[in-house]
Amino acid sequence: MQLDSKCPSGPIETRWERHKFNLKLVNPANKRKYSIIVVGSGLAGGSASATLAELGYNVECYCYQDSPRRAHSIAAQGGINAGKNYQNDGDSIYRLFYDTVKGGDFRARESNVHRLAETSVDIIDHCVAQGIPFAREYGGTLANRSFGGAQVSRTFYARGQTGQQLLLGAYQAMQRQIAAGQLTMFPRHEMLELVLINGRARGIVTRNLITGAIESHAADAVVLATGGYGNCFYLSTMAKGANATAIWRAHRKGALFANPCFTQIHPTCIPVSGEYQSKLTLMSESLRNDGRIWAPLKPGDKRAPNDIPEAERDYYLERRYPAFGNLAPRDISSRAAKAVCDEGRGVGETGLGVYLDFRDAIQRLGAAVIAERYGNLFEMYERLTGEDAYKAPMRIYPAIHYTMGGLWVDYNLMSTIPGLYVIGEANFSDHGANRLGASALMQGLADGYFVIPYTIGDYLASTKFEKVSTGQAEFREVEGAVTGQIKRLLAARGKRTVDSFHRELGKLLWENCGMARNAAGLESALKKIPELREQYWGSVNVLGSNEEFNQALERAGRVADYFELAELICRDALMRDESCGGHFRDEHQTEDGEALRNDAEYAHVAAWEFTGVGSKPVLHKEPLNFEYVKPAVRSYK
Amino acid sequence: MRIILHVWRQRKGSEPGRLVRYEIPDVNPHMSFLEMLDVLNEELTAKGEDPIAFDHDCREGICGMCGFMVNGRAHGPEPRTTVCQLHMRHFHDGDELWLEPWRARAFPLIRDLVVDRCAFDRIIAAGGYISTRAGSAPEANSILVAKEAAEASMDAAACIGCGACVAQCPNAAAALFTAAKISQLGLLPQGQPERWARVRKMVAQCAREGFGSCTNIAECEAVCPKSIKLETIARMNRDYLAALWKHREVSAAAGAG
Repeated sequence: MQLDSKCPSGPIETRWERHKFNLKLVNPANKRKYSIIVVGSGLAGGSASATLAELGYNVECYCYQDSPRRAHSIAAQGGINAGKNYQNDGDSIYRLFYDTVKGGDFRARESNVHRLAETSVDIIDHCVAQGIPFAREYGGTLANRSFGGAQVSRTFYARGQTGQQLLLGAYQAMQRQIAAGQLTMFPRHEMLELVLINGRARGIVTRNLITGAIESHAADAVVLATGGYGNCFYLSTMAKGANATAIWRAHRKGALFANPCFTQIHPTCIPVSGEYQSKLTLMSESLRNDGRIWAPLKPGDKRAPNDIPEAERDYYLERRYPAFGNLAPRDISSRAAKAVCDEGRGVGETGLGVYLDFRDAIQRLGAAVIAERYGNLFEMYERLTGEDAYKAPMRIYPAIHYTMGGLWVDYNLMSTIPGLYVIGEANFSDHGANRLGASALMQGLADGYFVIPYTIGDYLASTKFEKVSTGQAEFREVEGAVTGQIKRLLAARGKRTVDSFHRELGKLLWENCGMARNAAGLESALKKIPELREQYWGSVNVLGSNEEFNQALERAGRVADYFELAELICRDALMRDESCGGHFRDEHQTEDGEALRNDAEYAHVAAWEFTGVGSKPVLHKEPLNFEYVKPAVRSYK
Repeated sequence: MRIILHVWRQRKGSEPGRLVRYEIPDVNPHMSFLEMLDVLNEELTAKGEDPIAFDHDCREGICGMCGFMVNGRAHGPEPRTTVCQLHMRHFHDGDELWLEPWRARAFPLIRDLVVDRCAFDRIIAAGGYISTRAGSAPEANSILVAKEAAEASMDAAACIGCGACVAQCPNAAAALFTAAKISQLGLLPQGQPERWARVRKMVAQCAREGFGSCTNIAECEAVCPKSIKLETIARMNRDYLAALWKHREVSAAAGAG
């Protein structure tokens, strides 16, 4: 298979403009003759559903939650980047493009990233018009804040709830289209399979989560916007229900999966407190503006933090990265915390934690200023841990947060299956090996509001569609396969719960393919995962039936897919014999522990083709060319 | 610590339900309330008993999916806290807790502690938005918004749509939810063109869904995990009255070309 990225050539500033002109259009009167299925209702899926419906297409949107407003985009705290240069501090579309390519450690496509930077400014215009209550200056103009990995102030925000506000904007736009009859919403419906007819994506099979009904839905194109796959690790900052089933099922049907090992670990999460822990909670990266990160100098120092004198504290980020200090990028800060804990200097009951200390900032600025800046975060920390961070330092530890990898898509955001589009975190396209803060919201909305409305029209206008109905054989066959899998899960009636398997898989993945990876660990994981998968199918215990509201059954199907995905993540990590961005191989580091990229051999996208469960996937490579931002060593010293 | 739960169990809306007693002998005080239920569900599954169904997703207090009554109080005893962020350290050894679903005619029961809140979506669909097409917006800074207005709008916009306000209200009114959206949009210059039509349509939809009327009891404000203020309801009522005489339906004119 030859991967064609369909990236335009020529001057990068005009590539998207020229590409848009070359895309075929569907005339306004003909749009209502086409139907589009969108799976997922977060920033990408919500904005795509609303915009496609606005254009006049017949859109159906599916989500597993009880309402499209619940999608996990809602939990994004910090903000959304845009190259507006409102601060007059030297920002530009080109600088946002440059920062994103560099931040991604030179593993993203330049054409895609430039388009993202271009559309960033339109997103802000549109969201303001929608009534998003962004933070304002006294004169009424929009306010900005700074974020990691950039030297300009370009992040727009709505308190610590930017994701929530942007999502509700998209949700409201969806509701407007629902009222207009252009969009039909299917909440509490989970996509369990993709349906291909003559090699094209023509529909999906879903399970109604209330009644258990297995239903087919046909359309002219299918858009997956189902988010990332971080929950493969069991403990992550993702929503509990967020899952990889839609993208994995599409992968099994022929969509290539790109760079699965590019997972992002966020440095400031609240540490795990016990075996029962169900998820991890992130504390905004902005805390690192005033908090100082440290660990005791001596291993095994069990004294209370305030009893440890200054001379026996190691402010390791300030020591190792004097230029960026506590604001070093996410991947670097996370690894540094792990290194400290590996030396036995971690804090808290589990020894997996470091301190984030506001003592000096409180002395310098006063508690009132700190409360004004971070009051809600301190309150959240106290709610979760019962500890007062004004009096003693917070304890933090890195956690899986975002997945840069995802289904491979071309410049039009179409996967290797004709008619199957993948947008937002579910695709692999824009962040390379590491995503910068405040860029996830930007990408989700760029894809949904401003990219797919153009590119999907080109496909619809240039394709001859035969009539399909959900009654035909292809749909029946897929429904049968879905029902068969559910029956198998319900029939096992073994001794172990779904969650106990999921927890074990997650631990295996975290230990061998987490913040640092090496060949030996990855090989052992690749041996253990299939064994665990076998056990799962033989001895999982799912009670009840399909024909009812059955949350354990929902989870059982998702975990079944995680087993296969986990294997691919490890295989990709083993193949990528270099360190870059969120992917750190122990074998490839400088003397002082920094990541060593290998551009000669690995400046490519690794896109994997499914060949069967337990069978080796086939690797396809899409070479990456850097015409504008020349690859260099990322230095934050 | 030891916790005794009485949990509402009901397989579906059409079947009768009842409270079932569970005793959990070793609750870790650092657990969240939902993690305690996770552990109980693991034990029930091992014994071959159906686990308790409850809605949840982000477990960070922002998605609004979780929520049930704990001893008659929506989301339990802690102020400004959804049940997913409620930790067991706030309870005592031997505490006895009654867990019940949101009870309101407009929120039909699905199973155990899970209810259907789609009525909220339909209230938003009735007018809880600003009509603007992607691509049609003016330059963002050409719309100036006073900082005070932006902050007040954000206060109202913080609503997570969990339904606690309805569950706590003796009238099962959706006033706080509806008023929060009306306030958010009505406080901004962008929200002015549709302001009067919006309030009329959304209030009418509330009644159509079977929510009760607001009688200013303020239980909603007391339990709201996001501190949405009662004054949003005053704003909604004021706008509604004004809209009754300000708003005129626009009749669509035929094309002239």
